[in-house]
Amino acid sequence: MHCGCQDGGESKTYKIVSTKTLAHKETLFEVEAPDIAAKAQAGQFVIVVPHAKSERVPLTISGYDTKKGTVSFAFHEVGKTTKELGCYSAGECLLNVTGPLGNPSEVKKFGKVLCVGGSIMIAPLLLQVKAMKAAGNQVTTVLGARTKDSIIMEKEAKTISDKVYTATDDGSYGNKGLDFLKDLLKKEKFDRCVVMGPVVMMKDVSEITKPLGIPTVVTLTPIMIDGMGMCGVCRVTVGGKMKFGCVDGPEFDGHQTNFEELILRQRTMLPEERLGSLLWETSGGCKCGRS
Amino acid sequence: MAEAKPKPKLNKKAVEMRKQEPKVRAKNFSEVALGYSEAEAQEEAARCLSCPKPQCITGCPVEVPIPAFIKCIKEKKYAEGIATIKSKNALPAVCGRVCPQEVQCQAKCIVGKMGEPISIGRLERFLADWERDNGYQLPPKAKPTGKKIAVIGAGPAGLTVAADLIKQGHEVTEFEALHIGGGVLSYGIPEFRLPKTIVQNEVNYVQKLGVDLRLGNLIGRTHTIPELMKEGGYDAVFIGSGAGLPQFTGCPGENLGGIYSANEFLIRVNLMKGYQFPEYDTPLRLGKHVVVIGGGNVAMDCARCSMRLGSEVCLVYRRSRDELPARQEEIENAEEEGLVCKFLAAPVEFYGDERGWVKSMKCICMELTEPDAKGRRGVKLIPGSEFTMDVDTVIIAIGQTPNPIIQRTTEGLQSDQRHGTICVNEVGKTSLDGVYAGGDVATGAATVISAMGAGKRAAKAIHEYLTDKK
Repeated sequence: MHCGCQDGGESKTYKIVSTKTLAHKETLFEVEAPDIAAKAQAGQFVIVVPHAKSERVPLTISGYDTKKGTVSFAFHEVGKTTKELGCYSAGECLLNVTGPLGNPSEVKKFGKVLCVGGSIMIAPLLLQVKAMKAAGNQVTTVLGARTKDSIIMEKEAKTISDKVYTATDDGSYGNKGLDFLKDLLKKEKFDRCVVMGPVVMMKDVSEITKPLGIPTVVTLTPIMIDGMGMCGVCRVTVGGKMKFGCVDGPEFDGHQTNFEELILRQRTMLPEERLGSLLWETSGGCKCGRS
Repeated sequence: MAEAKPKPKLNKKAVEMRKQEPKVRAKNFSEVALGYSEAEAQEEAARCLSCPKPQCITGCPVEVPIPAFIKCIKEKKYAEGIATIKSKNALPAVCGRVCPQEVQCQAKCIVGKMGEPISIGRLERFLADWERDNGYQLPPKAKPTGKKIAVIGAGPAGLTVAADLIKQGHEVTEFEALHIGGGVLSYGIPEFRLPKTIVQNEVNYVQKLGVDLRLGNLIGRTHTIPELMKEGGYDAVFIGSGAGLPQFTGCPGENLGGIYSANEFLIRVNLMKGYQFPEYDTPLRLGKHVVVIGGGNVAMDCARCSMRLGSEVCLVYRRSRDELPARQEEIENAEEEGLVCKFLAAPVEFYGDERGWVKSMKCICMELTEPDAKGRRGVKLIPGSEFTMDVDTVIIAIGQTPNPIIQRTTEGLQSDQRHGTICVNEVGKTSLDGVYAGGDVATGAATVISAMGAGKRAAKAIHEYLTDKK
């Protein structure tokens, strides 16, 4: 039994082809969605609606297979909906997956590219690393996380990047924190920097690259509902102007982004999100038997 | 004309429709207007004069044969009555509830010259609800033509086009960007004005006619119009993507927490059923003191939802009561439910607390200027008239413009740069061969029925285009 069963006889078409545990409470889904697979590009996202009472959750695309007609996305179980998603198994279906949404990443030959990924966003970052490599760039990849166990996909990163660094907040693996980047950037010259991760990480990296004048692209993850320009909840300030994360982004110039405002806006529904998550857990979760 | 007929004395008063009591309804999301009973419908239908030259039809954007369906009610031939409406209007349960009949069919009603006009909308609703309770009948379908049409958007315009074209034997695929069909009927208009089960019934009806509805399919991203016409093999495309892009005031502080666009607020409440959080997962945070900025039907909907969620609501509108663009009935309903209005004022700046949540709002007073050539009165600021209000939630309902995704991804499709609307001729033809558009995406934000009217004209034009092409 799982959480999707409450939907009764609804027709569901977005079948989960495979699931892969990346780390504790971090999962990668591969879902049947041929229309999306045919159009997806690095940097774009999908909106996932697990069932009829769900939220619409934006998740960045981590991979696509046009032959199989599948699209992949990773999620970290933080709120109710992602916890619930974690209860779905291969073979089950999601109510809806919409996409690909947002603008694709700007991929061309820049020269030397530094790709920095944090936590669950490492998964979509690697799609961009692949694209950057394919465009003829030399790519250095940095994988960051709070602690050793949350560094995901290191092996994959190594096979597709020219060089890989790791960093953890607590120093349990690789470098301690991102300060090593300052030294790295003194030694090596990069033509472009791409950051996908928690807002604080994107902010920190942008602050490091700004004085060095390295063009830095960040993938913003504001709250979204429709993901196609209707609601405006994803509005962010970039270069002093109001932009919508969903249709103007999700990638923006990290040196122009008002991260403080984004952090505050991401927290606006925090009490409700905590309540939803708590109620879900205290009611026994999806009762699928998984802890 | 009326006096020529020997009829019983005309009752000048229309039969009232029962409503939930204001105090009760202000706390729930159930439908406000309860509909006519059969006896009430009979009594109201009996007032219709069955004019030989009916004016009401001329007031209807989709030309519903009004006296004919009212005659069916008189004769208790309800199935025939609903079929009569559906010959012109695929969504009577919706139109019976949200059409502004007072400025359309009912404004032309002859009885209205002597007393209150026939309650055409209420009678239409009666028949639609009768059909819901007694089972839907599908109309006959023409022979397959072999032509394929892509309809973009499953709102009022798109559903109308899809229903009209499939009845004529064409194959219709309808692409809807959201995960639920209905467009603005689902995400915009609240449950208490238009129950979502009714919208779903209407969407299901169009599907039962044979329309292939594809949800979660954003044209411009999932597919583009050129792809649909080349690789997809569609012979014609209708764009009914609505006006979904919210407008903001541009005032400083607008990105504070607690400041919603009307779209965000209504999507949370209606589409995602945020008023039933945590049973439904999408949350909605609303403070005690809500300010709604704007004066249209969307503003009224936001205000009335907020009151139902337990907030005190003040509407701030830059013109005066007489200029409120909302339907009179909606304004009255909202005021009965406790809405307070502050006219001739507009926001200047929003201020937040240390957590980035809005706590107050500075406004400035306005005065009306003399009417312009079109008779519309403008406003001007009164210098030095600023005042501050304590608020903890602001909903900005100052209008929507069309979403630009389709315009940006369809080469050669002419649009009006200033309003973001797609340019069309009187039957909805765009600058591209075989591509038509109608509803809010072509006119800017307007009414459900005007979108349906545009859909009707476009469907006719598309049918002619496809027939001539052969």
